Amino acid sequence: MSGEHTSTPVAARVRRLEARLTEAGVVTEEQLDAALAAMLAGASPVNGARIVARAWTDPGFRERLLADANAALPEVGLSMAGGIQEQRLKVVANTATTHHVLVCTLCSCYPIGLLGPSPSWYKSEAYRSRVVREPRAVLAEFGLELPADTTITVWDSSAESRYMVLPRRPEGTEGRSEAELAALVTREGLIGTAAV
Amino acid sequence: MADFRAGERVRVRAVDPEGHTRVPRYVRGQVGRIVECQGRWALADECAAGVAAPRVEPVYTVAFAARDLWGEGGHEVTVDLWESYIERVREDGA
Repeated sequence: MSGEHTSTPVAARVRRLEARLTEAGVVTEEQLDAALAAMLAGASPVNGARIVARAWTDPGFRERLLADANAALPEVGLSMAGGIQEQRLKVVANTATTHHVLVCTLCSCYPIGLLGPSPSWYKSEAYRSRVVREPRAVLAEFGLELPADTTITVWDSSAESRYMVLPRRPEGTEGRSEAELAALVTREGLIGTAAV
Repeated sequence: MADFRAGERVRVRAVDPEGHTRVPRYVRGQVGRIVECQGRWALADECAAGVAAPRVEPVYTVAFAARDLWGEGGHEVTVDLWESYIERVREDGA
């Protein structure tokens, strides 16, 4: 499931499209570079991890985050307004009995500002078609074996909302600082293909 | 315009439009449950078609049982659907 097998033809198509647009005088190379740089400035899973660590240590923030993530993000100095317009964010929390996992079956919608650029497998047809059909098997291939009685919800971001998973705080992490806790959180944990 | 409430059962219209749409094929014609209204956005189909003033509609999170979609599985899949993609399921199930 991992690997770069889908990214190469996509990258070639993007390069051809860029060449046509610049040749036609629609945009310049500099404008494209500037737009990409602006979109990716500060985009990193470190942002998502900070949100999670705050939610683990501040129950009030956790409650506000799950109720209205866009309103809660400024409390940690973040927002969803990095793109053309502010995007709605929905944070879904894993519990002892429920697990959440994200996908975009139509394309590759993803909260880039909070998670950084998406991994190539997230855009692969294999992941997009299989995770809605057999999430338990797909998660097991990622090394995440869920108990048989855990309820799984797959969130297909087919419109204007973006999603992020709030993983469960690992046991034995009492007394750790917010920064130490943030360091435990992985990009896969924020997508739902890992426990944390 | 319909105004769907959380918990209501809705059916996704079994459409197959010529142009762009955001109705994933695997939920077309399927019955799901309204989770919540997310807000209002311009209809993606009309934006893609270059309509000057696209309709602005509520977008709903709709949950589907895997068993309904695939005939098996114990999980749920939620899909985000513009209001005109869905219709109320009548009491008699029709």
